This record gives sequence, C-alpha cells and structure tokens, in this order.
Amino acid sequence: MAKHETPLLDQLESGPWPSFVTDLKRQAEKKPECWDILGQVELSYKDRITHWKHGGIVGVFGYGGGIVGRYSDVPKQFPGVEHFHTVRVAQPASKYYSTKHLRHLMEIWEKHGSGMTNFHGSTGDIILLGTRTEHLEPLFWDLTHDLNQDLGGSGSNLRTPANCLGQSRCEWSCYDTEECCHQLTIKYQDEIHRPAFPYKFKFKFSGCPNDCVAAIARSDVAVIGTWKDNIRIDQAAVKEYIAGNYPSNGGAHSGRDWGKFDIQKEVVDLCPTKCMWMEGGELKIDDKECTRCMHCINVMPRALRPGVDTGATVCVGAKAPILDGAQFATLIVPFMKISADNEFEELIEFIEKIWDWWMEVGKNRERVGETMQRVGLPTFLSIMGVDPIPQHVKEPRSNPYVFWKDEEVPGGFERDVEEFRRRHAA
Amino acid sequence: MGYNPDKPMDGRISDLGPPYYEQFHPPVIKENKGKWLWHEILKPGILMHKSETGAEVYTVRCGTARLMSIEHVREICDIADKHCDGFLRFTTRNNVEFMVDDKAKVQPLLDDLASRGNKFPVGGTGAGITNIVHTQGWVHCHTPATDASGVVKAVMDELFDYFTSMTLPAQCRIALACCLNMCGAVHASDIAILGVHRKPPMIDHSRITGVCELPLAIASCPLGAVKPAKATVEGKEIKTVQVNVDRCMFCGNCYTMCPAMPLADPEGDGIAILVGGKVSNSRSMPKFSKLVIPFLPNTTPRWPETVAAIKKILEAYAKGAKKYERLGEWAERIGWEKFFEECEIPFTDKSIDDYRLAYDTWRTSTQFKYTSHTAKYTA
Repeated sequence: MAKHETPLLDQLESGPWPSFVTDLKRQAEKKPECWDILGQVELSYKDRITHWKHGGIVGVFGYGGGIVGRYSDVPKQFPGVEHFHTVRVAQPASKYYSTKHLRHLMEIWEKHGSGMTNFHGSTGDIILLGTRTEHLEPLFWDLTHDLNQDLGGSGSNLRTPANCLGQSRCEWSCYDTEECCHQLTIKYQDEIHRPAFPYKFKFKFSGCPNDCVAAIARSDVAVIGTWKDNIRIDQAAVKEYIAGNYPSNGGAHSGRDWGKFDIQKEVVDLCPTKCMWMEGGELKIDDKECTRCMHCINVMPRALRPGVDTGATVCVGAKAPILDGAQFATLIVPFMKISADNEFEELIEFIEKIWDWWMEVGKNRERVGETMQRVGLPTFLSIMGVDPIPQHVKEPRSNPYVFWKDEEVPGGFERDVEEFRRRHAA
Repeated sequence: MGYNPDKPMDGRISDLGPPYYEQFHPPVIKENKGKWLWHEILKPGILMHKSETGAEVYTVRCGTARLMSIEHVREICDIADKHCDGFLRFTTRNNVEFMVDDKAKVQPLLDDLASRGNKFPVGGTGAGITNIVHTQGWVHCHTPATDASGVVKAVMDELFDYFTSMTLPAQCRIALACCLNMCGAVHASDIAILGVHRKPPMIDHSRITGVCELPLAIASCPLGAVKPAKATVEGKEIKTVQVNVDRCMFCGNCYTMCPAMPLADPEGDGIAILVGGKVSNSRSMPKFSKLVIPFLPNTTPRWPETVAAIKKILEAYAKGAKKYERLGEWAERIGWEKFFEECEIPFTDKSIDDYRLAYDTWRTSTQFKYTSHTAKYTA
C-alpha cells in the first residue's frame, strides 16, 4: 500500500489539539494500511461525502453482535481498507486499565487489525477500528483465550453497559456503580451477544444526580444514585468557605475573578427549592423540601455531602431523536436500594419485567421509551406494577381525555339503548 | 495453539464479558474506594481527591483525539509505567487520566507530558471546555452527513484556551454526532454539532430488489413519505418505492433500513448547531439542546463557518452568563430572543418546531422582550 498525497488532511496537523492525522501517519510507518485510511479520508475531504458502503453482515460464530461490518466503496484505490470492520470490545467498568493489559490488547490488535482504535466508543466499548473478515475469528480467539476479554454489543440487543467511576474516585457516589455495572454485564452476556430485542437497549449507571455518564439522556434504564436522609453538613467547613479559605465548586471557577464567595448568592439563592438559609452563621437545610439536585454539594464539596441512606432513582426510556424525537428517561422508581449484598435483586427484577413486556409488544426498531409513549405512562406503570404517584409527572395533565376503564365506572360500559329510549325520546 | 478454521467450535470460549475492573485499580484507588471525602481542582486538568484515610490521589487529565493508534496507546502506557505504577484510566469524554499518590509526583509527570509535543494537552476540568464527545464520521461510518474527527480537531484548536483554563461561568459540554442517529447522543449538550442531510434519498431501482425488504423500508419512514411503487429495470417491471419529497425530513432512517436509498450529498450535507442542553440535575432539570443554526456547509478541512459560529456562541455566553449558569440556563434567563441577538445569529423559520409536540415550544403568552426582531413592529 502506497503513501497517498493528503493536502487537505495535512492541514489538520497544525494547531494545539492532538492530531489524528499525525497519529495515523505515525502508525502507517508500521501498518501500511493506515496510508489507505488516510487516502480514503482525504478523498472524502475532497468529495465531501463518505466512501464507506452500507452495512455488511459479519461476525463471529454464535454471536449476533460485537462486530460492525464495513467495506470501502473505492477498494481498488485503497485496498488496505477494502474490509474495515469494527470490533467492539467490552471495556472494564470505569475504564481503568493496567498498562500490561492494554499493551497485550495492542499486541493482539497489531496482529489482526489496522492499528487504529477509539478509546472509547460512545456507548463505552473499546473500539478496534478496521480489520478483515478472515481476521475476526482469530482475533476473537486471542481476545478470549489470551486476554480473558469479550466482545461488546451491537444491533438489537443489550448494548455494553457503562458507568461513571463511582465510589472508586468520587465522594458523591451513592452506590457502587462499577460493581453494579460489572455484575449486570456478566449476568446478561447472552442478551449482549445474541440479539432478541425489538431494538437496542441500554443501561447506564451514574452515582449521583450530576449524572456523569449521561444515563438520563441516553439509556433505556438509567440508574442514578440518590439518598433519602439528610445532606451531611460540616459547619466548620461552611465557615471556611465563607471566609474564602476553601475555593468554591472545588476550584472549578478559579480561572476568573468572580469576587468574594457569597454563600447567600451562590448557594442559598440558587437552590431550586429554596430549602436552605443561613442562621447564626450556620447553614440550615430543610431536607424534606430538598430535591437533591447537587448544586450546594457541588459548590461546597468540603462542607456538604450526600446523606448516608443511599440508593438510586430509576428512570426509563431515554433515546436520541431517531425517530419520534429525543426523550429523556422518565422517573419510574423514586428510590431503590442498589446493593451487591442481594446481588442487585430489585434492579434485576425491574429490568426483566420491562424486557418481558417490551419483547412481546415492542415493534421492530422501537426503543422502550417509544413503546411507553405509544401505550401511555399509566399503562406502563400498571404493567410494571408501580402505583402512580405525583413524582411520575412534572405536572398533571391539562386535557380531560382520561381513558376510563369499564371496571372503573359503576355499572360498566354495557348499556341498553332501548331502555334509554323509553325514557328519552329521539 | 490458536484459532483452527477447520474446527471453529473447538476450544471456543464465549460470554466472558469484560475483565473484572478491580485488577485495574491503581493501589491508592483500590485502598480508598468508598472512602473519598472531597476533591479540589488544583489547576486546570489537575484534580486532588482526599480520602478519610488521609490518602490523596492526584489526577492529571489529558485530551485525546479519541481516534488513536496502537503507537499512541503504547505511549500512554509508557507514561503510566514511568509515573503511575502502570495504571491509567479513560473518562466518558475521551480524556485519559494519569493518577499518582503523591503531590511530589505531579510535576515530573506534567514535565514528561509537556515534552511530548501537542499529544497530551492537560486540562478539561471545571468551568471550561472538555473534550468533545464525538462519533466516527468519514473515517468509518456509512451514514454520516459530516466528518467527526476533523471537525473536532478544528473546533478544539480554536477553543484550546478554554480547555486549559477555567474561565467560563460553568462547564460547557460540546458534542458532535455526524448524523441524526446520534451515536454520540448530543441532544443534551451545551453545544451540539450535528451532521444533517438536506436532500431526500435517491432510489436505486436496479439494486433495491436484491438488498431491501420493501415493507421495512416503507415502515421506516416516520412521516409516511416512502410509498410502494413500480419501476422498469432492463425492460422488466419491478416492485420498488418512491419518496414524497414534500414530506421528507431527511432523517435517513430509510437508508439505514434500505441500502438502495442513499441520501448523502456534498451540497446537501452539513452541520446544524443546537445549544442549551444539559444532563446534570444540578439546579435545573436536564434539558434538550435547541436548534439555533439550521445549516453550515461542510467546508473541509477545517469547517471555518462551524468553528466561528461555536466561538461566537461561547464568547457571548462567557460574557453574559452568571457564575454557575450553564449555557441553556443563561439562554432561558435572558430569553431565547435575546440569545439570538447576543450571539448575532439570524433567527429563521427553521428554529420553529413543526414536528410532533411542536406546540409545546410555541409562545402562548404576552411576555417577551423587545429585541431587534421586533423592530419593525415598534418603529
């Protein structure tokens, strides 16, 4: 594979941000197929359109997901990328690695692939970018036998779950996100590898309502840590903030002079429920009015912490816009204990109840959030055995079109029109 | 020993899942999991977490291109071997984090990173810009309406100072998805860069019979614009589809289902800018991003129109918003009419929703602000 002229891409080598073009060129010295990646991308820059063909079904025996088939539409020009399949590799929870493990993975990929990767794909997998069909089985063999690592999900199945780093390096995480993510990932290997769903299904695990893994925006089941007792306050540390001895927001604003820290303006007044006030130099919180938004805790991490009676709020049905428009996940269970002690039993029961229903009624390529829209939230709640509560809605409905059921109205829907007419002439 | 193509099922291992995460925790992380008390961003890109045991972990966060080579990953490993006992992690926004357990180890690590050219920019923390979450674009995807890596590189070059500083009113999350499928889930970002198509699909009648389940292609259209039709191919009448172009919203879902309906086009395709989304529940509830610029062209290799538009929005936000206010919170406080004015973005009918549930976004009130948009009524 020859080097190609890349005058357009070369212009992406300058500037302070890391350049993927420079990196590709560096790799091409050892992996000449990278010259063809550069060549084809350069052609796309010239033509202003992609040069990858639509689809291509490839995979490893026994799995229906994990590999995304890809072929060049200009293979004669760029034979090195004639096949350019993606391999999704299941990432360890929280995305920590040992260099020993990463180096081993790179050795395997050097043997079987293009030399290019993504750390990571949007869903969370390690993406190995570009290999030929005949390499897929040997690559899978080496991954599983030598590295004890598996493929992730693609297609209409459970996608590789992902989590924020949780208690491993964050003081706010209300449950062990990485343990939960790992255990559920292991439990549902079959659902990840063998598509049996109407469409994709995602879990994501965030430790607190800051939601660093964007669970509420993109997962069918979003498990977001919360607490049900009181915010822990260290009044001595509150005083340090007021005195300006601790930086606000963990130092996040230190690049600009925002003036002296003003606890009234920056914390109390910005509380969405106005459940805080200053009294005798102490910060008071009426916790029963608190909606646990995290703002005050974010601003004063050395003074305030989430409570100790912790669990998660479980929301269902988020998705990107295709097709009916974007949806956030809707609150279904306000508080659930999330504990390895009972092997996440409650959460598992909840998830499987959704699947049992959705696999039966979900239409082809319908995300569970769309199925919920189609049947209505009251129906979904009833299927889930969840009693409706005001927390399920932002506000009550403003139209009067209630779908009353036969059994909810005295005497039911069956009536005798002749008997009606005897009393009411037409 | 290795894979034997003659006996593919012999010795096969499957359903292992990912390796257990704990073996990859640096010692200081393993020992202090669940014991962290508080954290502080010491400088842009440098975090310190304090444990109740008294232990401290110092994290140095570096941007990456996400699209990275084996050689680059090995260089990351070299750094982690030299400074971090052979451990590292990646963030959900494609940054790489190097962790050390002693403040004295931070500066040698920073010096090492700085010695490697522009490969490891330190930053992406606090009230600034962090790495742009993005998709594949022209380097790998078959449905994109724009590139991903090149646009990200061009935007990050321009906004680089915001990556290495913390001068904004709050964090500003930028994301890019190269088509409406939004593999990057950009719909809740402060600034979303979204690849969009503007020409309806072409129908490749000569291929449709072989590659397409017609009922699936027809059902794939959310607006019922794809209808059954007949066409003549090499003298023979075949069953195919036609597209009612007046109804097409250019989502590309039909092409996903049917490879004989390509819609990408150099002139038709480009970028839309959506702003004001957020994921966090902090203060206000999560918000969707709103479409403020319907189209910018794919001007390769550096997308100057897109870069300039984003910079303008970011600078107006930096100037106008209060401390802690996310971009969407600022726009809502001042009113969207003011947002368009402050950012000098022409308002067009394209920003008025006419899809489903559109009415929720129409203003059913007499409350508004007088801006340049109302001048012809007030003159």
